Amino acid sequence: MSNVFMGMPTLPVFGDGNLHIEEPFPAAAHRELGNTQMRANLRHATHTIRDKRLKVVAELPDWEQLRDAGSATKNHVMANLPALLEEFETNFTARGGIIHWARDAQEANQIVADLIREQDTTEVVKVKSMATQEIGLNEYLEEQGISAFETDLAELIVQLGHDKPSHILVPAIHKNRTEVRDIFLAEMPNVDPNLTDEPRLLAMAAREHLRRKFLSAKVAVSGANFALADSGTLAVVESEGNGRMCLTLPETLITVMGIEKLLPTKDDLEVFMQLLPRSSTGERMNPYTSLWTGVTEGDGPQNVHLVLLDNGRTAALADKYGRTALNCIRCSACMNVCPVYERTGGHAYGSTYPGPIGAILTPLLTGIKSEENSTLPYASSLCGACYDACPVKINIPEILVHLRGEDVDSKRGEKKLPSQMDLMMKGGAWAFSSGKHLGLLEKGLPLGKLAGGRDKKIKRLPGIAAGWTQSRDIPAPPSQSFRDWWKKDHEPVAPINEQEKLTK
Amino acid sequence: MSAKEEILSRITSALRDAPTPGPVPREYRTVSDMPEAELIELLVDRLEDYKAHVDVVEAADLSATIAERLKDASSFVVPHGIDGTWLADAAPAGDARRRIDAPGAVLGVAELDGTDAVLTSSAVSIAESGTIVLDGSGDQGRRAISLVPDHHVCVVPVSSIVRLLPEAMQRMDITRPLTWISGPSATSDIELERVEGVHGPRQLDVIIAKGL
Ligand code: SF4
Repeated sequence: MSNVFMGMPTLPVFGDGNLHIEEPFPAAAHRELGNTQMRANLRHATHTIRDKRLKVVAELPDWEQLRDAGSATKNHVMANLPALLEEFETNFTARGGIIHWARDAQEANQIVADLIREQDTTEVVKVKSMATQEIGLNEYLEEQGISAFETDLAELIVQLGHDKPSHILVPAIHKNRTEVRDIFLAEMPNVDPNLTDEPRLLAMAAREHLRRKFLSAKVAVSGANFALADSGTLAVVESEGNGRMCLTLPETLITVMGIEKLLPTKDDLEVFMQLLPRSSTGERMNPYTSLWTGVTEGDGPQNVHLVLLDNGRTAALADKYGRTALNCIRCSACMNVCPVYERTGGHAYGSTYPGPIGAILTPLLTGIKSEENSTLPYASSLCGACYDACPVKINIPEILVHLRGEDVDSKRGEKKLPSQMDLMMKGGAWAFSSGKHLGLLEKGLPLGKLAGGRDKKIKRLPGIAAGWTQSRDIPAPPSQSFRDWWKKDHEPVAPINEQEKLTK
Repeated sequence: MSAKEEILSRITSALRDAPTPGPVPREYRTVSDMPEAELIELLVDRLEDYKAHVDVVEAADLSATIAERLKDASSFVVPHGIDGTWLADAAPAGDARRRIDAPGAVLGVAELDGTDAVLTSSAVSIAESGTIVLDGSGDQGRRAISLVPDHHVCVVPVSSIVRLLPEAMQRMDITRPLTWISGPSATSDIELERVEGVHGPRQLDVIIAKGL
């Protein structure tokens, strides 16, 4: 299939599911900042993982070459997506797997529920997957009378605690050991009432709790980290062995994967399997990686399905300045280094995808006009730490700025009257267009001094600028402007061209 | 329009600017020439860092070492293709502790759950990351047998060790069901503190066999 576009351009179709934030980022961040326990937990966790990552990355002499290869590979994949998807489907199908295509969250949820019902069961085990979190699969299945058991320890903590994940790699990063123990004591049937908060014992309690489920489950639902087009192979990267349990023991395996996860060949996998574990958990390699290609007779599930999900990915792809956000391999390095994430935590971002990547990916998937998602691109100080950490070199700050521009443009189109921001920018343009204009404005400075009060600080600015003084004071301006001072203190000198004449 | 047709047409429309990214640079390391002794040393270091127990033995001592590692197991499973001489000490013919898993005579999940240990060989190992790859061949068995028992004894022939992942990739048949193992199962989900042993085998014993 050729990629040359022939027909009418279709409008981008945006995604839905757990992608819409319910309140603007600043409001959510303000609330989350009040949770000091969470902030302490987060700080400890992100700093631990940061240091580990730096150590194992420094070990590889060719880290930058791997990043270059990873980044170029993903760009190649996005540019050739139709052909690669077709190739993958052909190979996966030839090996006995069955492919389903889902335009959006609703369609994907229905496909999965129907496949589960075909197996005459109302219980499934699940291995951590961002895609199923994004489409709200667990909630949908519950409505349909199907119980989905999360088997990843952190997801289990979140599920038992009726909570939401706050980090894509360690979803319960906001809970400390004591809080985890309390959740287990309250929610885990048959748990030892003398359970302490030692992480090893908590992990053992989870093992006991899930063991019977693993050994008896008929159906498992998973995500996938990678898919290889030229062989039809899928890969899941994990630590605990819950992934292996889900991918090996049940008769039926249903995998839900975004269309952007493809890699052309296994030569590409060797790049990403060096980049991903070191960037995410700061380990040289994660404990377990499983690869399967369709069905293998006598080994593992014999009824193997894959749901290929769009849900806004094609809309993100249509944004030529934002499409590299699809290159993300969900390692979470960007959130671990982000000063904003470290303080607000993942919940403030309101979507399945928190942190710097969430701030760009969420509005790209849903469209910048979607509800409060337009506030997400502002959840950054543009310090650039995320770009440096990203194993596939996604230029997150550049995309943030691009999306802010989109947001401002879309709002201007909607309003008849110019916004405060427009007026301020227009005012700025007028002021700086000539020295006279600026001088006139500076005459207003002593007024600012009055507004500053006794401690010479301005605590509250009016209008749109109020956001800036919400968490800071600004010093009141001096009684005299620099330009006024210069004029009074210096003898007028002849303009430069006059001086030149004099020296000649 | 089917979902597939619609998604493909959305993609084609999204790519109407016809992006042509440059070629993929592959300047990272794909070959190495580390001497055997250093390869072994590196692999041992990485595996021990993951809290695996490691023995390095001559082929002649393999059977005795396996017996030592399995001595506390009241039962263990072996895949049908395992080299019989490896078990000369651990389970002389007719030993009731040994359970064989073979195509057409597979052990059920409950039976595996009631078995203490598993002995397998391995396909290829990556020294730099401490990773052992199982590919489901006859001497490694189907995936369930190296997963459900709580103690995995894994033999790594020295000839199967390479330094780099790209070198290992050349030796893997990607369409086989593959399991890459880097230490016993672990979690860092509670306060990022690593805990060895969750759902996969909690104990991993690796025996690196020279001359194999
Ligand atoms: S944007 Fe980059 S750093 Fe962030 S999760 Fe994705 S791949 Fe990792």
